[in-house]
Amino acid sequence: MEPLKKIIYNCKQATFLIEKKMIGRITFREHIELRIHLFGCSVCTLYGQQSRVIHTMVLQLFRSSQPEQIRLDDNFKEELQDRIEAELNK
Amino acid sequence: MSPESHQLDPHQWVKAHADYLYAFAIKRISDTELARDLVQETFLAALEKVDNFQGKSSERTWLTAILKNKIIDVYRKKSSGLNKEVQQAEHEQDDFFGDDGHWNSKYAPSTFGIEHIDPLVNKEFNSILQKCMQKLPALWMAVFTMKHMDDEETTTICSELKVSQANFWVIIHRTKLNLRACLQKNWI
Repeated sequence: MEPLKKIIYNCKQATFLIEKKMIGRITFREHIELRIHLFGCSVCTLYGQQSRVIHTMVLQLFRSSQPEQIRLDDNFKEELQDRIEAELNK
Repeated sequence: MSPESHQLDPHQWVKAHADYLYAFAIKRISDTELARDLVQETFLAALEKVDNFQGKSSERTWLTAILKNKIIDVYRKKSSGLNKEVQQAEHEQDDFFGDDGHWNSKYAPSTFGIEHIDPLVNKEFNSILQKCMQKLPALWMAVFTMKHMDDEETTTICSELKVSQANFWVIIHRTKLNLRACLQKNWI
């Protein structure tokens, strides 16, 4: 019973499990413990809600298509291709 | 040659892939100078490996894989010997929870307006989030980027960046605590 008691009163552990569950797997036991904690803890419930929104935003930010304006300048590219040609002719 | 087999044409590399590779690098390291260097290094390293190319993947995929390894090297270099940076970031979280594991009221999450916004349309939020991410320790950012941007396997990230599985989850947790707190502080 000890570990269960621990999580029920432990927000640090609960937020850890919220994060682990979001991108990985937690055990059945951890799942139950988290449910019990969240049932009685509105702060961690809010944390979970905010964390989910942040997760979606991070994914959107990271995986959005690459901005068109990110380009190498032409001089650099020209020199780079010259260097490749030089290597090829070695 | 089978029809599926890809071929390399180094004479067209820069024209065909340089901008793509550059953008790929920028997204992962946010350092224009370094990104340029990595693109150059990628092509030069690729030239030396031309004979190993088996045509199973496209030219771009093959070049991107080489670049990816170079980015991981950068992550490793940036986060090695920078324990101070991590310690500092960890220290900032010392007061988030009390000894009993409860939130300290000063740091406890409170409603600040993101709970019900549509993340897909809120652009303002993105710039604050980006600023918050820039302040993360290099190792945390590396772990976070590999996991969320490239959806790498946890075991891959752990072995590439030399962190234990346990530490991986601690980093994920701490990174999120940090970002959430930073957003709450800077979101009006």
